[in-house]
Amino acid sequence: MNTGTNDNEIISRVLRGEHSLYADLVKRYQNFVFTITLRYTNSREDAEEIAQDVFVKAYRSLADFRGESRFSTWLYTIVTTTCITFLRKKKLETHSLDNEKVFEVADSVDSGFRANQVEQKSKIQMVNKAIKLLSPDDAKLISLFYQGEQSLDEIGQIMGLEPNTVKVRLHRARQRLKDKMETHFVQEVKDIMN
Amino acid sequence: MNTQPSIETRLWDYIDGLSSPEEKSAIEQLIESNIEWRRQYHELLEVHQLMSNSLELDEPSMRFTQNVMEDIAKYQIAPAAKNYINKRVIWGIGAFFLITIVGFLVFVFGQMLTAPAATGGGTNALPFNIDPNKLNVGNVLNSTSTNVFLVINAILGLVLLDMYLGRKKKQLREQL
Repeated sequence: MNTGTNDNEIISRVLRGEHSLYADLVKRYQNFVFTITLRYTNSREDAEEIAQDVFVKAYRSLADFRGESRFSTWLYTIVTTTCITFLRKKKLETHSLDNEKVFEVADSVDSGFRANQVEQKSKIQMVNKAIKLLSPDDAKLISLFYQGEQSLDEIGQIMGLEPNTVKVRLHRARQRLKDKMETHFVQEVKDIMN
Repeated sequence: MNTQPSIETRLWDYIDGLSSPEEKSAIEQLIESNIEWRRQYHELLEVHQLMSNSLELDEPSMRFTQNVMEDIAKYQIAPAAKNYINKRVIWGIGAFFLITIVGFLVFVFGQMLTAPAATGGGTNALPFNIDPNKLNVGNVLNSTSTNVFLVINAILGLVLLDMYLGRKKKQLREQL
């Protein structure tokens, strides 16, 4: 992830009239913004539409970015509000594990997180599958912390929560992710045996 | 009720580097000496490492940046909010609501104080120790004062509406 200093330099130049430089900021953050918006929708088209809307809103409000926080934190705040507005408007069904049938079979199986049961590559696939099955808020929290490199304070700012609440929610989100992964691993072992 | 944080909470704080130095050394000792703590620590650490190193970002379409740049070409960067928010407007709105609230309260208390006197009732209906016979609310809250209050509110409302419409007109002129 890029440093805030570079972002601020680009923003200053964009504000001075070098509008084409905004493309650098878009390229820099588009994957992360798109990942977050995709967590909220089941459709790549919708996610891309929201992500585009986020960058347009950020551009139009660029003069309001005072550099008190990192640009990424400010941008992710826009992501959050835009996603919520979009969902309210379209009343989209969010992607939640509770609605998934895929893990129902293995729910009752008592299992541990046995790392040696599957290959590392498979585990990487599992963690990426599992995060998509979390609630959008849980997935976003984990993404902001691990992929967005945001601190608890910054996540609090983005989501409008106290840092302590963020900490508790992050613990719970990770616990839920761990549970999903355990369940998924059991299912996979079962699939291999059958 | 157990207010002690769970093993997992303490371990996550330790892994995230949020534990105090005392807590950190206590947890290190527990991991060293306690099998259950050690087992849970290794489980959580593996999850943490997987999330740190393995989470992948989704990519939008190849044209995404181009689409955004084409889209923003239609717009201008809005001036910073601090430059166009006129503090006088804020104060005006504040004054309007304050006058409304005060007027409403005066009206309500006026009704409360005059109602028992009008019906010949005593002071028992009042929640506080005020002798309504000594109060001459009618002097304060007559039709003239109510009318003055309403006129002030109406003028303030019109002034605010005028400022708002003037601003909109100016913005439209700038866009053209």
